Amino acid sequence: MIKTDILIIGAGPTGLFTVFEAGLLKLKCHLIDALPQPGGQCAEIYPKKPIYDIPAFPEVLAGDLVDNLMKQIKPFQPGFTLGERAQTIDKQEDGSFIVTTNKGTKHHAPVVAIAGGLGSFEPRKPPISNIASYEDKGVEYIIRDPELYRDKNVVIAGGGDSALDWSIFLADVASEVTLVHRRNEFRGALDSVEKVQDLKNQGKIKLITPAEVVEVIGEGAVSGVSIKQGAEVFNKDCDHFIPLFGLAPKLGPIADWGLEIEKNAIKVDNTLDYQTNIPGIYAIGDVNTYPGKLKLILCGFHEATLMCQSAYQRIFPDKRYVMKYTTVGGVTGFDGTKKEAPKAVVKAIE
Amino acid sequence: MSVDIKITIIDREGVSHAIDAPTDMNMNLMEIVRSYELAPEGTIGVCGGMAMCASCQCYVESDHELPEMSDDEDAMLAEAFYVEDNSRLGCQLHISPEMEGLQVRLAPES
Repeated sequence: MIKTDILIIGAGPTGLFTVFEAGLLKLKCHLIDALPQPGGQCAEIYPKKPIYDIPAFPEVLAGDLVDNLMKQIKPFQPGFTLGERAQTIDKQEDGSFIVTTNKGTKHHAPVVAIAGGLGSFEPRKPPISNIASYEDKGVEYIIRDPELYRDKNVVIAGGGDSALDWSIFLADVASEVTLVHRRNEFRGALDSVEKVQDLKNQGKIKLITPAEVVEVIGEGAVSGVSIKQGAEVFNKDCDHFIPLFGLAPKLGPIADWGLEIEKNAIKVDNTLDYQTNIPGIYAIGDVNTYPGKLKLILCGFHEATLMCQSAYQRIFPDKRYVMKYTTVGGVTGFDGTKKEAPKAVVKAIE
Repeated sequence: MSVDIKITIIDREGVSHAIDAPTDMNMNLMEIVRSYELAPEGTIGVCGGMAMCASCQCYVESDHELPEMSDDEDAMLAEAFYVEDNSRLGCQLHISPEMEGLQVRLAPES
């Protein structure tokens, strides 16, 4: 069981900055994120895109912003559970919470701060009416174990890097690989497109373009798909259908935690501390909503700052804390480091 | 001086809305849809306008000559659903005087 003062769900910029503000109050933080590295969207989706509205940074690349935040919070030694999604939350008798991930890792904290941004990124599911009934019965949106497809007949749909890369990989694993794409052109890396072309020429990959899978066929499990190509619709036998259309943000399991949800975001009761309808659970950054909400990184930083003050009072109801400026109090890390303004040199002139 | 143009947006329920769209506020079509609340919050412009979610996909139904697609827009539409030959991402269409009389239909939510 991982124990901490503030458990932060989401390691994007808002979640990371929470570590700093909590650290100033001597509160330890641990972060959970479904992605394998910290930084959220900034690191995963647009690390090379410039951001222009971070105060004092006329221009900063999203990836560099994350690197700077990681450097800023290093003295506060945050813990990370990465590559795991916060799945369930259980309130304890003392008002604290146990959050368990999809891989079973348990975390215990008196305060939970949800800084989940747009949510966790889930596979984008094609609008095929009967597809849901075949999920995990031959329809997979993510390839977790390529061995599952050894000597099987596989149909992959999609035209991006993921569809190309897995088609290439499975060409040597599956008995048959068919790639279906709505266009004749593929938008993946040139090298991948050329490899698929080679494998097609060798007869190791079948290409069906421009075409779309419109139905899944099978009694209880996938036995084929129905493909529409122009005006023609035909069936294609297969053991697995793997739609690879990228990722889309979803609120995910957090939506089932009993929190008040409004417009696909977590409603917070007030803008004093961004607490949700469940005392002890806060929502900060893009994941929350309240009148006047702006989904900006700098607003997430502000919300994190106020939230930490409230969290401190929740954890230590009998203690009084007076906010201090870092210019006055400096920054004392949990690792023993201390940053403070240099003392003025006082020396008498004889 | 503010210069508005008239455009028509058909929402996902099939209702047609004649809209005054400002050309001097650096807005794009997705932001116009959001500001007039023509689609529920959370269903349009999810990625903030970076051509990364296709939630603002629309079908251009008038004959306007629009700016060419960027690589990002083309790549997103290659993976999106309900894509037609006249599909564009609203977030990539910046409102300009040349769009006077534009008619678009919002693509289904996916």
